[in-house]
Amino acid sequence: MTRPDPRRRANRAWLLVLPVVVSVAFTAVIPLMTVVNFSVQDVFSPTDRVFVGLDWFYEAVRRPENREAFVRTLLFSAQVLLVEIPLGVAIAVAMPRRGVWVSVALVLVALPLLIPWNVVGTIWQIFARPDIGLGGWTVANLLGVDYNYTLDSTDAWITILVMDVWHWTPLVALLAYAGLRSIPQPYFQAAQIDGASAWATFRHIQLPRLRGVLTIAILLRFMDSFMIYTEPFVVTGGGPGNATTFLSILLSKMAVGQFDVGPAGAFSLIYFLVVQILCYVFFTALTRSGR
Amino acid sequence: MADIRLEGVAHSYDGGRTWALRPTTWTWRSGRAYALLGPSGCGKTTLLNIISGLLTPTEGRVLFDGRDVTGVPTAGRDIAQVFQFPVLYEEMSVYDNLAFPLRNRRRPKQEIDRRVREVSRLLGLDPVLGRRSRRLDPGRQQIVCLGRGLVRHEVAAVLLDEPLTVVDPALKWTLRSKLKEIHRDTGHTLIYVTHDQTEALTFADEVVVVNEGAIVQAGEPAELFLSPAHEFVGHFIGSPGMNMLPAEIAGGVVRVAGADAGAALPDTAAQAALADGEKLPPGPVRIGVRPEFVELGAAPGVPARVSGVDRMGAYDLVHALVGEHPVVARTEAGTAYEPGAAVCLRFPPERAFLFRDQVRCGSLGPLTGKGAA
Repeated sequence: MTRPDPRRRANRAWLLVLPVVVSVAFTAVIPLMTVVNFSVQDVFSPTDRVFVGLDWFYEAVRRPENREAFVRTLLFSAQVLLVEIPLGVAIAVAMPRRGVWVSVALVLVALPLLIPWNVVGTIWQIFARPDIGLGGWTVANLLGVDYNYTLDSTDAWITILVMDVWHWTPLVALLAYAGLRSIPQPYFQAAQIDGASAWATFRHIQLPRLRGVLTIAILLRFMDSFMIYTEPFVVTGGGPGNATTFLSILLSKMAVGQFDVGPAGAFSLIYFLVVQILCYVFFTALTRSGR
Repeated sequence: MADIRLEGVAHSYDGGRTWALRPTTWTWRSGRAYALLGPSGCGKTTLLNIISGLLTPTEGRVLFDGRDVTGVPTAGRDIAQVFQFPVLYEEMSVYDNLAFPLRNRRRPKQEIDRRVREVSRLLGLDPVLGRRSRRLDPGRQQIVCLGRGLVRHEVAAVLLDEPLTVVDPALKWTLRSKLKEIHRDTGHTLIYVTHDQTEALTFADEVVVVNEGAIVQAGEPAELFLSPAHEFVGHFIGSPGMNMLPAEIAGGVVRVAGADAGAALPDTAAQAALADGEKLPPGPVRIGVRPEFVELGAAPGVPARVSGVDRMGAYDLVHALVGEHPVVARTEAGTAYEPGAAVCLRFPPERAFLFRDQVRCGSLGPLTGKGAA
C-alpha cells in the first residue's frame, strides 16, 4: 500500500474551501467590486461610460447635503447608544432571576425584536399621529404638548429616536441579562460578606463582568443605528425637510431614485469605510480598557 | 472571636423532601483550626453557608457566643469566607480589594489604610499591593480573598471552601503552611472545607467528618485514623481505606469464615446500652481493620488466599481473599507473598473494630482460651 502524498492531501483542502469562496464571491466580493467599478466612472448608459478617477469621492465629501446627513446620522447613533445601553442594562438588572416571572419577562422584553422593521415603522407612523394615534394623541391632548412629527423637525427626530429605543433596547437588555446570569453565585455572596451596597455590587461585580456583552451590544447598536433606513423611511420619509434624512436614505435616493450610480458608489464606499473605522475604534477602546 | 454553636440545624433545598444537612448540633470553639471533611455533595458547603449566613437553615438556630444570629444577614455576622475559586473585584488593585469591606462599612480613611497595610504585611502582599488583582496567579488571588476577610479585625471565623482547588499542586503545600501560620498569628477560628483527607489531616487541630448531611465523627487526625467511630470514616480516611470484613458474633466470639478472629468487646457507650452489660448480642457484624494493621503469617488466624500484590515502592499492598471478601494488608517492601498462596490473617486487638449498621459497636479483643474452637 502506498500512502498518499501529504502535499496532495493538503491540496484537497482547497476543494473543501471552494463552496465558501464561491458563495462569498457572489454575495460580497463581486457586488462590492461592482460598486468600486461604478465609483470611478460616469455612467450615462450601460454602453456609454467615462472613467473619472476619484472625482466622485471628492464630490461625495464636499457636498453639503452629504455632510449634513453624516453629522445627523452620527448624532442619532450617539443618542441611541447613550439611551439604549444604560436603559438596557437597567432593565436587565431589574429582570427577575428565577421563578415563573423569568419567562414572562423574557417574552415581554423580546416582543419588539420579533416585529419586522417596516411593520415597526407602520405601527409608529400611526401610533405617533396626534389626531388618531394613541401615543401622539396622548402627548398632544392629554399632556398639552404641541406635537406633530409630520410638521416639526424636533418632534420627528424624537419620534424616530423613541421608536428605535422601543425597538432595540430589548436587544441590549437580553444581552446584558445573559451576561448577568453568567456571573457565578459566589461573587454575589462575597459582596454580601463584604457588606457591599446594591450600587457597589453593580459597579464592582456586575458592570465589569458585562464588558464582553456590552462591547457586542454597543457594536451592534452602533452599526444598526448608523445604517438605519426602513423605519424613518416609513414614518417620515426623511422629513420634514431633511430633518430625518439619514445617510442610508440619502444614499438610496441617489442610487435608486436618481440613478446616479457613480456618486452613489463613491458615497457608499466612504460610508462603508466610516462604519468599519468607527467599529474598530469602539472595539479597540472597549477591549483595551479591560486589560 | 466567638464560639459558634449550631443547635439542631438542618437544611433542605426542596421544602423537606430531601435534606442536604440533617439536624446537627455542634460547637466550633473559638480560635481552633477545623477541617470539614467529606465527599462532594455531602453537605459541607451547605453547613458553611449556614454559618456565614448566606443560607438560612430550614430548622435550628445558629448562636455566636450565645447570641442568636439565625436571622442575621451575612454582612452583620463578621464572617470571612474564601470560595473555591478566587472571587475578586477584578478591575480593582489589590489594595482596593483589601480596603473594599472597610470602605463599605464607612470606616475612617486612616484606619482603613492601617488595617490594609497590616494585613498585606501579614500575608506577604506588599510587593503586589498596587497591581490589578486579576493579573495575579490564582494562589496569590486566593490570598487576597483571604485578606479581604482578615481586614475586618472583629472577624469571628474564617471559612474556607476548598480554597486550594484552583491552585497549582506544587503551591498547595506552601499555601497550606501559610494558612497555618496565619492561624497561629491571628488566632482566628478557621473552618476549612475539603474533600481531600491529606489537606484536612495536615491542616486541622480537629477534623470533622461529614457524610450524607450529618457529622459522623470529629476528632484529631490520629484519632480518626486509629479509632474510627463509623465505617465511613474508616474507608474515607486512609489510603487505601479500612478493610471491612463480614463476620458473625456467637457466644462472645467473632467468627470469620469458620475461624475465630477474636473476642467481641463492646464499646463503653454500647456497653451501657446492653442489658447484660457484658457481651455484644450475637448476630452479623463487620470487622474493620486498617491495611496497616493486618498481620499476615501462618496459623492461627483467619484463613485467606493471596490474590495479588501491588508494589508501591516504599511498601507493598498484599491483596487477599477471605472467602469472597477482599482484604488488603500493607507490608514492608519486597514481600515474598505470591498470588495463590494460602495465608492466615490476624487482626491485632485495639486496632480492629466491630461495626453494626455502619456505626462502631465494639472492638476485637484477644481470644481467651475458652472461645477457641
